[in-house]
Amino acid sequence: MDLLVSHTKLVLGSRWLVFHAAAVFAFLYLPIVVLIFYSFNGEGVGGFPPHHLTLDWYRTLFADGPIWDSVLNSLQVAVAAMAISLALGVPAALALERARFPGKALFRRLVLLPLILPGIITGLSLLMLFNVMGTKLSLMTIILGHGTALISVATTEVFAGLQKLDRAQEEASLDLGANYWQTFWRITVPNLKLPIIGAALLIFTLSMDEIAVSFFLIGRDNTLPLEIWGRLRRGITPEINAVSTIIFVFSLVTIVFWYRLRVRGEGRSVAGSEIVATVEGNAL
Amino acid sequence: MFSRAYKTAVTLPPLMWVTVFLLTPYALMFCYSFWSVSAAQTIVHSRSLDNYLQLLRVEVYWQTLLRSMWIAARVTIFSLLLGYPLAYFLSFYAGKKKDLLYQLVIIPLWVSYLVRAYAWKTILGSDGVLNTLLQYAHLTKHPLEFLLYSPFAVVLTLTHIYTPFAFLPIYAALEHIPRNLVEASHDLGATPAQTFWKVIFPLSIPGVVAGATFAFVLSLGDFLAPLLLGGPSGIMISNIVVSLFGAAYNWPLGAAISFCMLLLVVSLLVLSERLEKKWIFS
Repeated sequence: MDLLVSHTKLVLGSRWLVFHAAAVFAFLYLPIVVLIFYSFNGEGVGGFPPHHLTLDWYRTLFADGPIWDSVLNSLQVAVAAMAISLALGVPAALALERARFPGKALFRRLVLLPLILPGIITGLSLLMLFNVMGTKLSLMTIILGHGTALISVATTEVFAGLQKLDRAQEEASLDLGANYWQTFWRITVPNLKLPIIGAALLIFTLSMDEIAVSFFLIGRDNTLPLEIWGRLRRGITPEINAVSTIIFVFSLVTIVFWYRLRVRGEGRSVAGSEIVATVEGNAL
Repeated sequence: MFSRAYKTAVTLPPLMWVTVFLLTPYALMFCYSFWSVSAAQTIVHSRSLDNYLQLLRVEVYWQTLLRSMWIAARVTIFSLLLGYPLAYFLSFYAGKKKDLLYQLVIIPLWVSYLVRAYAWKTILGSDGVLNTLLQYAHLTKHPLEFLLYSPFAVVLTLTHIYTPFAFLPIYAALEHIPRNLVEASHDLGATPAQTFWKVIFPLSIPGVVAGATFAFVLSLGDFLAPLLLGGPSGIMISNIVVSLFGAAYNWPLGAAISFCMLLLVVSLLVLSERLEKKWIFS
Protein backbone atom coordinates (compact mmCIF):
# COMPACT_ATOMS: atom_id res chain seq x y z
CA MET A 1 0.00 0.00 0.00
CA ASP A 2 2.76 2.35 0.99
CA LEU A 3 4.58 1.66 -2.22
CA LEU A 4 1.48 2.32 -4.25
CA VAL A 5 0.87 5.66 -2.56
CA SER A 6 4.45 6.78 -2.99
CA HIS A 7 4.41 5.73 -6.62
CA THR A 8 1.27 7.75 -7.33
CA LYS A 9 2.78 10.73 -5.58
CA LEU A 10 5.97 10.38 -7.53
CA VAL A 11 4.06 10.45 -10.81
CA LEU A 12 2.00 13.45 -9.74
CA GLY A 13 5.14 15.19 -8.53
CA SER A 14 7.00 14.54 -11.73
CA ARG A 15 4.04 15.76 -13.79
CA TRP A 16 4.14 19.03 -11.93
CA LEU A 17 7.89 19.16 -12.49
CA VAL A 18 7.49 18.57 -16.23
CA PHE A 19 4.99 21.40 -16.40
CA HIS A 20 7.30 23.69 -14.43
CA ALA A 21 10.29 22.81 -16.62
CA ALA A 22 8.29 23.50 -19.78
CA ALA A 23 7.24 26.87 -18.38
CA VAL A 24 10.83 27.84 -17.49
CA PHE A 25 12.04 26.86 -20.95
CA ALA A 26 9.25 28.93 -22.50
CA PHE A 27 10.30 31.88 -20.35
CA LEU A 28 13.96 31.46 -21.32
CA TYR A 29 13.25 31.14 -25.03
CA LEU A 30 10.36 33.58 -25.49
CA PRO A 31 12.56 36.66 -26.04
CA ILE A 32 14.85 34.77 -28.39
CA VAL A 33 11.94 33.53 -30.49
CA VAL A 34 10.39 37.00 -30.57
CA LEU A 35 13.72 38.48 -31.55
CA ILE A 36 14.26 36.12 -34.48
CA PHE A 37 10.64 36.30 -35.60
CA TYR A 38 10.48 40.07 -35.76
CA SER A 39 13.71 40.28 -37.72
CA PHE A 40 11.58 39.06 -40.64
CA ASN A 41 8.63 41.34 -39.92
CA GLY A 42 8.00 44.03 -42.56
CA GLU A 43 6.05 46.25 -40.18
CA GLY A 44 8.92 46.67 -37.76
CA VAL A 45 9.23 45.54 -34.18
CA GLY A 46 6.10 44.87 -32.12
CA GLY A 47 2.55 44.63 -33.32
CA PHE A 48 0.45 41.51 -33.39
CA PRO A 49 -0.19 39.64 -35.60
CA PRO A 50 3.05 40.10 -37.53
CA HIS A 51 2.71 40.36 -41.28
CA HIS A 52 4.67 40.98 -44.47
CA LEU A 53 7.50 38.57 -43.88
CA THR A 54 10.57 40.04 -45.54
CA LEU A 55 14.34 39.91 -45.71
CA ASP A 56 14.53 43.70 -46.07
CA TRP A 57 16.06 44.19 -42.62
CA TYR A 58 18.89 41.85 -43.50
CA ARG A 59 19.44 43.82 -46.71
CA THR A 60 19.54 47.07 -44.73
CA LEU A 61 21.92 45.45 -42.32
CA PHE A 62 24.35 44.28 -44.99
CA ALA A 63 24.46 47.78 -46.45
CA ASP A 64 25.07 49.34 -43.01
CA GLY A 65 28.70 50.53 -42.86
CA PRO A 66 28.98 51.51 -39.17
CA ILE A 67 27.64 48.14 -37.98
CA TRP A 68 30.26 46.23 -39.96
CA ASP A 69 33.00 48.58 -38.79
CA SER A 70 31.97 47.82 -35.24
CA VAL A 71 31.93 44.08 -35.99
CA LEU A 72 35.52 44.35 -37.23
CA ASN A 73 36.47 46.29 -34.08
CA SER A 74 34.85 43.66 -31.89
CA LEU A 75 36.69 40.87 -33.71
CA GLN A 76 40.01 42.65 -33.16
CA VAL A 77 39.23 43.17 -29.49
CA ALA A 78 38.11 39.57 -29.01
CA VAL A 79 41.20 38.07 -30.66
CA ALA A 80 43.59 40.34 -28.76
CA ALA A 81 41.77 39.79 -25.45
CA MET A 82 41.90 36.05 -26.06
CA ALA A 83 45.68 36.24 -26.58
CA ILE A 84 46.20 38.26 -23.38
CA SER A 85 43.94 36.11 -21.22
CA LEU A 86 45.52 32.87 -22.42
CA ALA A 87 49.08 34.19 -22.19
CA LEU A 88 48.48 35.07 -18.53
CA GLY A 89 45.71 32.65 -17.58
CA VAL A 90 47.65 29.48 -18.46
CA PRO A 91 50.70 30.40 -16.33
CA ALA A 92 48.36 31.62 -13.59
CA ALA A 93 46.71 28.19 -13.51
CA LEU A 94 50.15 26.51 -13.42
CA ALA A 95 51.22 28.85 -10.62
CA LEU A 96 48.06 28.10 -8.62
CA GLU A 97 48.51 24.37 -9.03
CA ARG A 98 52.28 24.03 -8.71
CA ALA A 99 53.90 26.95 -6.93
CA ARG A 100 53.79 28.25 -3.40
CA PHE A 101 54.36 31.92 -2.85
CA PRO A 102 53.37 34.56 -0.33
CA GLY A 103 50.01 36.14 -1.13
CA LYS A 104 48.85 33.14 -3.15
CA ALA A 105 45.36 33.17 -1.61
CA LEU A 106 44.96 36.86 -2.39
CA PHE A 107 46.32 36.30 -5.90
CA ARG A 108 43.74 33.56 -6.53
CA ARG A 109 40.88 35.71 -5.29
CA LEU A 110 42.03 38.67 -7.37
CA VAL A 111 42.37 36.65 -10.57
CA LEU A 112 38.95 35.07 -10.17
CA LEU A 113 37.10 38.12 -8.85
CA PRO A 114 36.13 39.65 -12.25
CA LEU A 115 34.22 36.44 -12.98
CA ILE A 116 31.58 37.37 -10.42
CA LEU A 117 32.16 41.10 -9.95
CA PRO A 118 29.62 43.30 -11.75
CA GLY A 119 31.30 44.68 -14.88
CA ILE A 120 30.78 48.27 -13.76
CA ILE A 121 33.34 47.92 -10.96
CA THR A 122 35.99 46.35 -13.20
CA GLY A 123 35.30 48.97 -15.88
CA LEU A 124 35.37 51.99 -13.59
CA SER A 125 38.47 50.95 -11.66
CA LEU A 126 40.35 50.50 -14.94
CA LEU A 127 38.99 53.83 -16.19
CA MET A 128 40.55 55.51 -13.15
CA LEU A 129 43.85 53.72 -13.78
CA PHE A 130 43.97 54.84 -17.42
CA ASN A 131 42.98 58.34 -16.38
CA VAL A 132 45.79 58.59 -13.84
CA MET A 133 48.30 57.14 -16.28
CA GLY A 134 47.12 59.58 -18.96
CA THR A 135 46.24 56.76 -21.38
CA LYS A 136 43.85 57.80 -24.11
CA LEU A 137 40.75 55.63 -24.32
CA SER A 138 40.63 53.50 -27.47
CA LEU A 139 40.12 49.93 -28.59
CA MET A 140 43.42 49.25 -26.82
CA THR A 141 41.97 50.12 -23.41
CA ILE A 142 38.99 47.85 -24.11
CA ILE A 143 41.40 45.06 -25.06
CA LEU A 144 43.28 45.51 -21.78
CA GLY A 145 39.98 45.51 -19.89
CA HIS A 146 38.63 42.36 -21.54
CA GLY A 147 42.03 40.66 -21.40
CA THR A 148 42.32 41.31 -17.67
CA ALA A 149 38.75 40.38 -16.76
CA LEU A 150 38.83 37.17 -18.80
CA ILE A 151 42.11 35.80 -17.36
CA SER A 152 39.68 34.35 -14.81
CA VAL A 153 38.03 32.22 -17.52
CA ALA A 154 41.34 30.91 -18.89
CA THR A 155 42.60 30.17 -15.38
CA THR A 156 39.50 28.27 -14.24
CA GLU A 157 39.30 26.14 -17.39
CA VAL A 158 43.02 25.32 -17.46
CA PHE A 159 43.19 24.75 -13.70
CA ALA A 160 40.39 22.19 -13.98
CA GLY A 161 42.28 20.51 -16.84
CA LEU A 162 45.51 20.45 -14.83
CA GLN A 163 43.88 18.66 -11.93
CA LYS A 164 42.90 15.78 -14.18
CA LEU A 165 46.37 15.70 -15.72
CA ASP A 166 48.83 12.91 -14.96
CA ARG A 167 52.18 14.45 -14.08
CA ALA A 168 54.13 11.30 -14.97
CA GLN A 169 54.56 12.40 -18.60
CA GLU A 170 56.06 15.72 -17.61
CA GLU A 171 58.29 13.99 -15.10
CA ALA A 172 59.47 11.52 -17.73
CA SER A 173 60.17 14.33 -20.17
CA LEU A 174 62.29 16.15 -17.58
CA ASP A 175 64.10 12.96 -16.57
CA LEU A 176 64.92 12.25 -20.19
CA GLY A 177 66.74 15.54 -20.46
CA ALA A 178 64.19 17.94 -21.93
CA ASN A 179 64.26 21.35 -20.31
CA TYR A 180 61.22 23.04 -18.80
CA TRP A 181 60.54 25.12 -21.92
CA GLN A 182 60.52 22.04 -24.16
CA THR A 183 58.44 20.09 -21.66
CA PHE A 184 55.92 22.91 -21.46
CA TRP A 185 55.39 23.16 -25.21
CA ARG A 186 55.66 19.46 -26.05
CA ILE A 187 53.93 17.83 -23.10
CA THR A 188 51.97 20.27 -20.94
CA VAL A 189 50.29 22.32 -23.66
CA PRO A 190 49.31 19.36 -25.91
CA ASN A 191 47.80 17.63 -22.87
CA LEU A 192 45.81 20.75 -22.07
CA LYS A 193 44.63 21.23 -25.64
CA LEU A 194 40.93 20.83 -24.88
CA PRO A 195 40.72 23.15 -21.88
CA ILE A 196 42.77 25.75 -23.75
CA ILE A 197 40.61 25.60 -26.88
CA GLY A 198 37.51 25.63 -24.69
CA ALA A 199 38.76 28.66 -22.79
CA ALA A 200 39.70 30.41 -26.04
CA LEU A 201 36.21 29.95 -27.52
CA LEU A 202 34.56 31.03 -24.28
CA ILE A 203 36.76 34.12 -24.00
CA PHE A 204 36.13 35.00 -27.62
CA THR A 205 32.35 34.77 -27.27
CA LEU A 206 32.27 36.59 -23.94
CA SER A 207 34.42 39.39 -25.32
CA MET A 208 32.25 39.74 -28.45
CA ASP A 209 29.24 40.19 -26.15
CA GLU A 210 30.80 42.22 -23.39
CA ILE A 211 29.30 45.64 -22.74
CA ALA A 212 29.56 46.66 -19.06
CA VAL A 213 33.38 46.97 -19.01
CA SER A 214 33.59 48.34 -22.58
CA PHE A 215 30.98 50.95 -21.68
CA PHE A 216 33.54 52.84 -19.57
CA LEU A 217 36.67 52.20 -21.62
CA ILE A 218 35.33 53.17 -25.03
CA GLY A 219 37.24 55.64 -27.16
CA ARG A 220 36.16 56.80 -30.59
CA ASP A 221 35.62 53.38 -32.15
CA ASN A 222 32.60 51.35 -31.14
CA THR A 223 32.47 47.64 -30.51
CA LEU A 224 29.38 45.86 -31.80
CA PRO A 225 27.49 45.74 -28.47
CA LEU A 226 28.16 49.46 -27.94
CA GLU A 227 27.04 50.26 -31.49
CA ILE A 228 23.83 48.32 -30.81
CA TRP A 229 23.46 50.10 -27.48
CA GLY A 230 23.77 53.49 -29.15
CA ARG A 231 21.04 52.61 -31.63
CA LEU A 232 18.74 51.16 -29.00
CA ARG A 233 18.84 54.41 -27.12
CA ARG A 234 17.72 56.22 -30.27
CA GLY A 235 14.88 53.82 -30.99
CA ILE A 236 13.95 50.30 -31.90
CA THR A 237 14.71 48.96 -35.36
CA PRO A 238 14.37 45.42 -36.73
CA GLU A 239 17.90 45.80 -38.08
CA ILE A 240 19.04 45.13 -34.51
CA ASN A 241 16.91 41.98 -34.51
CA ALA A 242 18.58 40.93 -37.73
CA VAL A 243 22.12 41.43 -36.44
CA SER A 244 21.20 39.73 -33.14
CA THR A 245 19.78 36.75 -35.02
CA ILE A 246 23.02 36.42 -36.95
CA ILE A 247 25.07 36.59 -33.75
CA PHE A 248 22.80 34.02 -32.13
CA VAL A 249 23.24 31.58 -35.00
CA PHE A 250 26.97 32.21 -34.93
CA SER A 251 27.19 31.53 -31.16
CA LEU A 252 25.06 28.42 -31.58
CA VAL A 253 27.46 27.06 -34.19
CA THR A 254 30.37 27.80 -31.84
CA ILE A 255 28.69 25.95 -28.96
CA VAL A 256 27.85 22.91 -31.09
CA PHE A 257 31.43 22.87 -32.34
CA TRP A 258 32.79 23.10 -28.82
CA TYR A 259 30.39 20.49 -27.50
CA ARG A 260 31.42 18.05 -30.24
CA LEU A 261 35.05 18.67 -29.37
CA ARG A 262 34.38 18.04 -25.69
CA VAL A 263 32.35 14.91 -26.23
CA ARG A 264 35.08 13.52 -28.44
CA GLY A 265 37.74 14.49 -25.93
CA GLU A 266 36.41 13.38 -22.58
CA GLY A 267 33.03 11.82 -23.00
CA ARG A 268 30.22 13.51 -21.14
CA SER A 269 31.22 16.99 -20.20
CA VAL A 270 29.44 20.26 -20.43
CA ALA A 271 30.38 23.71 -21.57
CA GLY A 272 31.15 26.04 -18.72
CA SER A 273 30.85 23.40 -16.01
CA GLU A 274 34.47 23.94 -14.97
CA ILE A 275 33.79 27.60 -14.42
CA VAL A 276 30.88 26.87 -12.16
CA ALA A 277 32.83 24.22 -10.30
CA THR A 278 35.85 26.45 -9.83
CA VAL A 279 33.88 29.50 -8.86
CA GLU A 280 32.04 27.44 -6.32
CA GLY A 281 35.19 25.87 -4.99
CA ASN A 282 37.66 28.68 -5.14
CA ALA A 283 36.33 32.13 -5.81
CA LEU A 284 33.54 31.99 -3.30
CA MET B 1 59.67 18.17 -9.40
CA PHE B 2 59.34 21.75 -10.60
CA SER B 3 62.35 23.94 -10.13
CA ARG B 4 62.38 27.35 -8.52
CA ALA B 5 62.98 28.97 -11.91
CA TYR B 6 59.92 27.22 -13.38
CA LYS B 7 57.75 28.34 -10.52
CA THR B 8 58.98 31.91 -10.82
CA ALA B 9 58.45 31.90 -14.58
CA VAL B 10 54.81 30.84 -14.30
CA THR B 11 54.06 32.97 -11.24
CA LEU B 12 55.69 36.28 -11.94
CA PRO B 13 53.99 37.46 -15.17
CA PRO B 14 50.38 36.87 -14.06
CA LEU B 15 51.21 38.19 -10.59
CA MET B 16 52.58 41.42 -12.03
CA TRP B 17 49.73 41.82 -14.48
CA VAL B 18 47.13 41.27 -11.77
CA THR B 19 48.90 43.77 -9.54
CA VAL B 20 48.91 46.45 -12.24
CA PHE B 21 45.49 45.88 -13.78
CA LEU B 22 43.40 44.62 -10.87
CA LEU B 23 44.95 45.45 -7.51
CA THR B 24 46.13 48.97 -8.42
CA PRO B 25 42.78 49.98 -9.96
CA TYR B 26 40.89 48.83 -6.85
CA ALA B 27 43.38 50.71 -4.65
CA LEU B 28 42.99 53.74 -6.90
CA MET B 29 39.23 53.54 -6.54
CA PHE B 30 39.75 53.61 -2.80
CA CYS B 31 42.01 56.70 -3.09
CA TYR B 32 39.59 58.49 -5.40
CA SER B 33 36.81 58.04 -2.87
CA PHE B 34 38.62 60.46 -0.51
CA TRP B 35 39.23 63.11 -3.16
CA SER B 36 36.85 65.84 -4.26
CA VAL B 37 35.91 68.02 -7.21
CA SER B 38 36.68 71.72 -7.12
CA ALA B 39 34.40 74.49 -8.39
CA ALA B 40 36.57 74.61 -11.52
CA GLN B 41 35.73 70.95 -12.20
CA THR B 42 39.17 69.62 -11.38
CA ILE B 43 39.95 66.72 -9.08
CA VAL B 44 41.36 67.85 -5.73
CA HIS B 45 43.54 65.32 -3.92
CA SER B 46 41.97 65.99 -0.57
CA ARG B 47 41.74 63.49 2.23
CA SER B 48 38.27 63.60 3.62
CA LEU B 49 35.36 61.34 4.38
CA ASP B 50 32.94 63.81 2.79
CA ASN B 51 31.94 61.46 -0.01
CA TYR B 52 31.07 58.69 2.43
CA LEU B 53 29.21 61.12 4.69
CA GLN B 54 27.28 62.36 1.70
CA LEU B 55 26.19 58.79 0.95
CA LEU B 56 24.68 58.58 4.41
CA ARG B 57 23.19 62.08 4.37
CA VAL B 58 21.65 62.32 0.90
CA GLU B 59 18.51 60.25 0.83
CA VAL B 60 18.61 59.46 -2.90
CA TYR B 61 21.82 57.48 -2.57
CA TRP B 62 20.97 55.08 0.18
CA GLN B 63 17.36 54.78 -0.94
CA THR B 64 18.52 53.79 -4.40
CA LEU B 65 20.97 51.34 -2.86
CA LEU B 66 18.15 49.81 -0.81
CA ARG B 67 15.91 49.66 -3.89
CA SER B 68 18.69 47.98 -5.86
CA MET B 69 19.12 45.41 -3.11
CA TRP B 70 15.37 44.82 -3.06
CA ILE B 71 15.32 44.37 -6.85
CA ALA B 72 18.33 42.01 -6.60
CA ALA B 73 16.64 40.09 -3.77
CA ARG B 74 13.48 39.59 -5.86
CA VAL B 75 15.56 38.51 -8.85
CA THR B 76 17.37 36.01 -6.60
CA ILE B 77 14.16 34.56 -5.19
CA PHE B 78 12.50 34.21 -8.59
CA SER B 79 15.66 32.74 -10.16
CA LEU B 80 15.80 30.12 -7.39
CA LEU B 81 12.07 29.37 -7.71
CA LEU B 82 12.52 28.85 -11.44
CA GLY B 83 15.97 27.27 -11.31
CA TYR B 84 15.67 24.81 -8.42
CA PRO B 85 12.72 22.69 -9.61
CA LEU B 86 14.20 22.73 -13.11
CA ALA B 87 17.55 21.47 -11.82
CA TYR B 88 15.76 18.85 -9.69
CA PHE B 89 13.74 17.70 -12.68
CA LEU B 90 16.81 17.43 -14.90
CA SER B 91 18.88 15.65 -12.31
CA PHE B 92 16.30 13.10 -11.11
CA TYR B 93 13.61 12.72 -13.75
CA ALA B 94 14.96 13.66 -17.19
CA GLY B 95 16.76 10.36 -17.81
CA LYS B 96 18.42 10.19 -21.20
CA LYS B 97 17.32 13.70 -22.18
CA LYS B 98 19.36 15.17 -19.34
CA ASP B 99 22.34 16.37 -21.41
CA LEU B 100 20.21 17.85 -24.15
CA LEU B 101 18.02 19.74 -21.65
CA TYR B 102 21.13 20.95 -19.84
CA GLN B 103 22.44 22.42 -23.08
CA LEU B 104 19.05 24.05 -23.63
CA VAL B 105 19.40 25.88 -20.32
CA ILE B 106 22.89 27.04 -21.25
CA ILE B 107 22.15 28.25 -24.79
CA PRO B 108 20.28 31.45 -23.80
CA LEU B 109 23.44 32.46 -21.89
CA TRP B 110 25.16 32.74 -25.23
CA VAL B 111 22.69 35.22 -26.61
CA SER B 112 23.99 38.68 -25.89
CA TYR B 113 22.75 40.07 -22.60
CA LEU B 114 21.92 43.36 -24.30
CA VAL B 115 19.94 41.71 -27.03
CA ARG B 116 17.84 39.71 -24.58
CA ALA B 117 17.09 42.80 -22.50
CA TYR B 118 16.13 44.57 -25.70
CA ALA B 119 13.89 41.67 -26.72
CA TRP B 120 11.97 42.08 -23.46
CA LYS B 121 11.56 45.73 -24.30
CA THR B 122 9.93 44.83 -27.61
CA ILE B 123 7.68 42.37 -25.78
CA LEU B 124 6.59 44.67 -22.96
CA GLY B 125 6.30 48.06 -24.73
CA SER B 126 2.96 49.81 -25.20
CA ASP B 127 3.14 48.99 -28.94
CA GLY B 128 4.96 45.81 -28.04
CA VAL B 129 4.20 42.20 -28.77
CA LEU B 130 2.33 41.48 -25.54
CA ASN B 131 0.12 44.57 -25.55
CA THR B 132 -0.84 44.28 -29.21
CA LEU B 133 -1.53 40.58 -28.65
CA LEU B 134 -3.81 41.37 -25.70
CA GLN B 135 -5.62 44.01 -27.74
CA TYR B 136 -5.89 41.69 -30.72
CA ALA B 137 -7.50 39.09 -28.46
CA HIS B 138 -9.78 41.81 -27.01
CA LEU B 139 -8.52 41.14 -23.51
CA THR B 140 -7.75 44.81 -22.99
CA LYS B 141 -8.73 47.97 -24.83
CA HIS B 142 -5.78 50.13 -23.93
CA PRO B 143 -2.18 49.01 -23.74
CA LEU B 144 -1.02 48.11 -20.24
CA GLU B 145 1.48 50.83 -19.42
CA PHE B 146 2.90 49.36 -16.24
CA LEU B 147 4.64 46.56 -18.15
CA LEU B 148 7.56 48.63 -19.39
CA TYR B 149 9.61 51.36 -17.65
CA SER B 150 8.99 49.95 -14.20
CA PRO B 151 10.84 47.92 -11.57
CA PHE B 152 8.63 45.04 -12.73
CA ALA B 153 10.29 45.10 -16.17
CA VAL B 154 13.76 45.18 -14.58
CA VAL B 155 13.01 42.28 -12.23
CA LEU B 156 11.49 40.24 -15.06
CA THR B 157 14.43 40.82 -17.41
CA LEU B 158 17.10 40.20 -14.79
CA THR B 159 15.29 37.04 -13.65
CA HIS B 160 15.35 35.88 -17.25
CA ILE B 161 19.06 36.58 -17.48
CA TYR B 162 20.17 35.12 -14.14
CA THR B 163 17.94 32.03 -13.89
CA PRO B 164 20.56 29.91 -15.75
CA PHE B 165 23.22 31.27 -13.36
CA ALA B 166 21.15 30.13 -10.38
CA PHE B 167 20.38 26.83 -12.08
CA LEU B 168 23.99 25.79 -12.82
CA PRO B 169 25.43 25.37 -9.30
CA ILE B 170 22.17 23.85 -8.00
CA TYR B 171 22.26 21.30 -10.79
CA ALA B 172 25.93 20.58 -10.05
CA ALA B 173 25.11 20.04 -6.35
CA LEU B 174 22.17 17.74 -7.15
CA GLU B 175 24.30 15.72 -9.57
CA HIS B 176 26.84 15.13 -6.82
CA ILE B 177 24.31 13.54 -4.46
CA PRO B 178 25.04 9.79 -4.31
CA ARG B 179 21.99 8.03 -5.71
CA ASN B 180 22.23 5.21 -3.19
CA LEU B 181 21.38 7.70 -0.43
CA VAL B 182 18.10 8.42 -2.20
CA GLU B 183 17.43 4.72 -2.74
CA ALA B 184 18.22 3.97 0.90
CA SER B 185 15.73 6.62 1.96
CA HIS B 186 13.03 5.08 -0.26
CA ASP B 187 13.86 1.56 0.94
CA LEU B 188 13.60 2.61 4.55
CA GLY B 189 10.05 3.73 3.88
CA ALA B 190 10.33 7.48 3.45
CA THR B 191 7.79 9.06 1.13
CA PRO B 192 9.16 10.97 -1.88
CA ALA B 193 8.39 14.23 -0.06
CA GLN B 194 10.29 13.09 3.03
CA THR B 195 13.20 11.93 0.88
CA PHE B 196 13.29 15.29 -0.81
CA TRP B 197 13.16 17.42 2.31
CA LYS B 198 15.34 15.24 4.54
CA VAL B 199 17.93 13.94 2.08
CA ILE B 200 18.06 15.77 -1.23
CA PHE B 201 17.34 19.36 -0.26
CA PRO B 202 19.85 19.60 2.62
CA LEU B 203 22.58 18.18 0.39
CA SER B 204 21.82 20.74 -2.32
CA ILE B 205 22.06 23.79 -0.07
CA PRO B 206 25.66 24.68 -1.06
CA GLY B 207 24.48 24.87 -4.68
CA VAL B 208 21.55 27.05 -3.66
CA VAL B 209 23.88 29.40 -1.78
CA ALA B 210 26.25 29.65 -4.77
CA GLY B 211 23.35 30.21 -7.21
CA ALA B 212 21.79 32.84 -4.98
CA THR B 213 25.13 34.64 -4.69
CA PHE B 214 25.55 34.71 -8.46
CA ALA B 215 22.06 36.05 -9.06
CA PHE B 216 22.15 38.62 -6.26
CA VAL B 217 25.61 40.04 -6.89
CA LEU B 218 25.32 40.25 -10.66
CA SER B 219 21.86 41.80 -10.66
CA LEU B 220 22.79 44.25 -7.88
CA GLY B 221 25.49 45.80 -10.09
CA ASP B 222 23.45 45.92 -13.26
CA PHE B 223 22.92 49.27 -14.96
CA LEU B 224 21.92 48.40 -18.53
CA ALA B 225 18.57 46.73 -17.87
CA PRO B 226 17.40 49.66 -15.69
CA LEU B 227 18.52 52.15 -18.36
CA LEU B 228 16.74 50.23 -21.08
CA LEU B 229 13.58 49.10 -19.28
CA GLY B 230 13.47 50.64 -15.82
CA GLY B 231 12.19 54.15 -16.35
CA PRO B 232 12.54 56.67 -13.50
CA SER B 233 11.14 54.26 -10.87
CA GLY B 234 13.49 51.47 -11.87
CA ILE B 235 16.78 53.34 -11.41
CA MET B 236 19.44 51.30 -9.63
CA ILE B 237 22.59 52.27 -7.73
CA SER B 238 24.90 51.62 -10.70
CA ASN B 239 22.90 54.13 -12.77
CA ILE B 240 23.76 56.80 -10.23
CA VAL B 241 27.42 55.81 -10.44
CA VAL B 242 27.28 55.99 -14.25
CA SER B 243 25.85 59.50 -14.14
CA LEU B 244 28.43 60.59 -11.56
CA PHE B 245 31.16 59.45 -13.93
CA GLY B 246 29.42 61.10 -16.85
CA ALA B 247 27.24 64.20 -16.97
CA ALA B 248 27.18 64.83 -13.22
CA TYR B 249 31.02 64.75 -13.18
CA ASN B 250 31.82 63.74 -9.66
CA TRP B 251 34.27 60.86 -9.99
CA PRO B 252 35.25 60.84 -6.30
CA LEU B 253 31.66 60.40 -5.13
CA GLY B 254 31.12 57.77 -7.84
CA ALA B 255 34.28 56.02 -6.64
CA ALA B 256 33.00 56.04 -3.06
CA ILE B 257 29.74 54.35 -4.13
CA SER B 258 31.58 51.81 -6.31
CA PHE B 259 33.98 51.04 -3.48
CA CYS B 260 31.03 50.37 -1.16
CA MET B 261 29.61 48.04 -3.80
CA LEU B 262 32.97 46.27 -4.09
CA LEU B 263 33.06 45.79 -0.32
CA LEU B 264 29.47 44.56 -0.29
CA VAL B 265 30.17 42.06 -3.07
CA VAL B 266 33.39 40.75 -1.51
CA SER B 267 31.76 40.35 1.91
CA LEU B 268 28.83 38.51 0.33
CA LEU B 269 31.29 36.18 -1.40
CA VAL B 270 33.15 35.51 1.84
CA LEU B 271 29.87 34.99 3.68
CA SER B 272 28.55 32.52 1.14
CA GLU B 273 31.87 30.67 1.15
CA ARG B 274 31.64 30.34 4.94
CA LEU B 275 28.03 29.19 4.68
CA GLU B 276 28.86 26.54 2.09
CA LYS B 277 31.83 25.22 4.04
CA LYS B 278 29.92 25.13 7.28
CA TRP B 279 27.11 23.28 5.58
CA ILE B 280 29.40 20.74 3.96
CA PHE B 281 31.27 19.92 7.15
CA SER B 282 28.37 19.88 9.60
